[in-house]
Amino acid sequence: MSDPVSIVLAHGELAAGLVSAVEQITGMGSRFVAMSNSGLSGAELEVRLRALVDQTAARVVFTDLPAGSCNIAAFRLLRDRDVIVVSGVNLPTLLHFVTHPNLSPEEAAAESVERGAPTLKVTLGTARGH
Amino acid sequence: MAIELYRIDDRLIHGQVIVGWGQPMGLGFLILVDDEVARSEWEQELYRMGVPPDLDVVFASVADAAAKLDEWNRDRRPGILLTTDIDTMTRLIDAKSSIRAVNLGGIHHRAGRVERLRYLYLTADELRALRALERRGVEVTARDVPASRPVSLSTLMDGKGEEGAA
Repeated sequence: MSDPVSIVLAHGELAAGLVSAVEQITGMGSRFVAMSNSGLSGAELEVRLRALVDQTAARVVFTDLPAGSCNIAAFRLLRDRDVIVVSGVNLPTLLHFVTHPNLSPEEAAAESVERGAPTLKVTLGTARGH
Repeated sequence: MAIELYRIDDRLIHGQVIVGWGQPMGLGFLILVDDEVARSEWEQELYRMGVPPDLDVVFASVADAAAKLDEWNRDRRPGILLTTDIDTMTRLIDAKSSIRAVNLGGIHHRAGRVERLRYLYLTADELRALRALERRGVEVTARDVPASRPVSLSTLMDGKGEEGAA
């Protein structure tokens, strides 16, 4: 594939774990590059993310926590790079994104959020009170 | 409740602050003290974008923070005051000696800094600046999140910081 990859930027080993899960489920994990914020200052995180975006020509950056340093670093790139930031990433979001390569990055990002967000839900067991 | 934590953290607003500290203390407001951020609407918007809507965020220069600190400390909600580096916190303490404790939450690697904890790297000058704060009666401890044990400055200087960490 010659399309640019997308970046998953998250705390600890989360990004690598998510990409690993995408690979296991779809065999398309190579469509993402995982990056961690571990051990990095906010400034250094921005420098490394910027370099990775330039190196990969990524259009979409997925981040985990809206108030987190990953998300803030990605937001900083919105000023001078043609990127789209998707905050609060989960596995269903990445799966929808990677399996719809026919969509534009903007469409794929928006549609993936529409599909991924409602997958977070609570299910109560029927054995309560027994 | 007032300002319960005066924290030096080069990531400023991020997960450990909003969730790690903010959730257990029921954080009501956040003061970000930084002369550069206080001059930049873009920077302020950036930091506000990810913050929960029920959390008040105030951006202030060191001078403004010194002038308003007493007012913030009369707030009945618990608050956190953040600076990105030791110098900014020191300048604030120079102006407001009522600050008696400083939390080292995250100062990451760069050239010239030596690792003291996995989240704390300091140059010799930075270490001297922290010692000077302690000589003025300010308690300086390192602690990235509430679940970890606070590490005293003397422990950090002995190079035994990791032993003190949870």
